[in-house]
Amino acid sequence: MNRTLLDLWVGVFVAIGIGALLFLSLKVGNLSTAHLSESYVLTAKFDNIGGLKVRGPVKSAGVVVGRIDDIRFDSQTYEAVVTLKIDQRYRFPKDTFGAIYTSGLLGEQYVGLEPGGDEKMLNPGDAVLKTQSAVVLEKMISQFLFNKAAEKQEAQ
Amino acid sequence: MAILLFSGVAFRRLHLTLREIFFSGVLSLLIIVVSGLFVGLVLGLQGYETLQRFGSTEALGVLVALSLTRELGPVVAALLFASRAGSSVTAEIGLMKATEQLKAMDMMAVNPIARVVAPRFWGGVIAMPLLAALFSAMGVLGGWLIGVVLIGVDDGAFWSQMQAAVDFRYDVLNGVIKSVVFGVAVSLIAVFEGYDSVPTAEGVSRAITRTVVTSALAILALDFVLTSFMFRGTS
Repeated sequence: MNRTLLDLWVGVFVAIGIGALLFLSLKVGNLSTAHLSESYVLTAKFDNIGGLKVRGPVKSAGVVVGRIDDIRFDSQTYEAVVTLKIDQRYRFPKDTFGAIYTSGLLGEQYVGLEPGGDEKMLNPGDAVLKTQSAVVLEKMISQFLFNKAAEKQEAQ
Repeated sequence: MAILLFSGVAFRRLHLTLREIFFSGVLSLLIIVVSGLFVGLVLGLQGYETLQRFGSTEALGVLVALSLTRELGPVVAALLFASRAGSSVTAEIGLMKATEQLKAMDMMAVNPIARVVAPRFWGGVIAMPLLAALFSAMGVLGGWLIGVVLIGVDDGAFWSQMQAAVDFRYDVLNGVIKSVVFGVAVSLIAVFEGYDSVPTAEGVSRAITRTVVTSALAILALDFVLTSFMFRGTS
């Protein structure tokens, strides 16, 4: 086999390989929109974050508006501080309500933002003040049992 | 070690390495493309069968793409690569040794490691990630073909769920790192077994067998180690 043809084939091969890699990263991995190009940071404090994970979605009205950037523990207030990276296009009112929900019965947990009625908007770096913790199943069950026991005592 | 030492030659005389990329990469294209497609088709069928029970057939894209980019793409491509290209590299070097071509080179003051071994090693290392990426891409296309075209899963949901679940750094890049590691391992085993073979017909055939067996074991063991480092479940 002569050398030009061989070089040509190698070139074609490398091109196909890189093309496949591009396909994987753009079409499958969705590199184009995975990283929010323009974003700002909000923080929110939760009593309990349950199984929330870094890189998890932040949703408002079911639409992904950002990602969870960082989760820390505040040793002053004994609360979890969650840093949210929100897409620059979306702004939320000052009295936005943040809560931790679970998508589906067994799905991943995400931060849901429910906008309030305030006319002032949250600025980058601001904190979401009103939050609701994740629902912990054990707590719910024990609460239910205690309630049942209390009802019984009242009936007697 | 000596391979790394003399790999400068492999890049200075680039056509030697290019020739090896041709033999181990271009000629493996057909087997990689066809088997990638079939693995994708099977994944599509089996995934649909199981997901149907939970009524979440739209997650088919996620299943196919994640299993291919994370595991099946690099691993199966590396296994095919070891049996298709690794064995032929071992056979070539082993026969060169048996017919004393390597000794003749040494006599002519041509270093056989620099002239023969290093280009084959680097050819394999370069070809392997490209083949693995091609395998994964063909697999995703195969899954799409079965899921969307044949069975009728919603096209938009297939791609959008896949794009939402597959992360570039976490999934695609880790798959590429895996395939590079496998490429190094398979190429190293192949050239070592060839260079180390007993210079008889029987010795060469044994060396080829050892290449395939050792490569397969090394790939699977390395895959476990890499997976346990990359994907720990949490985070």
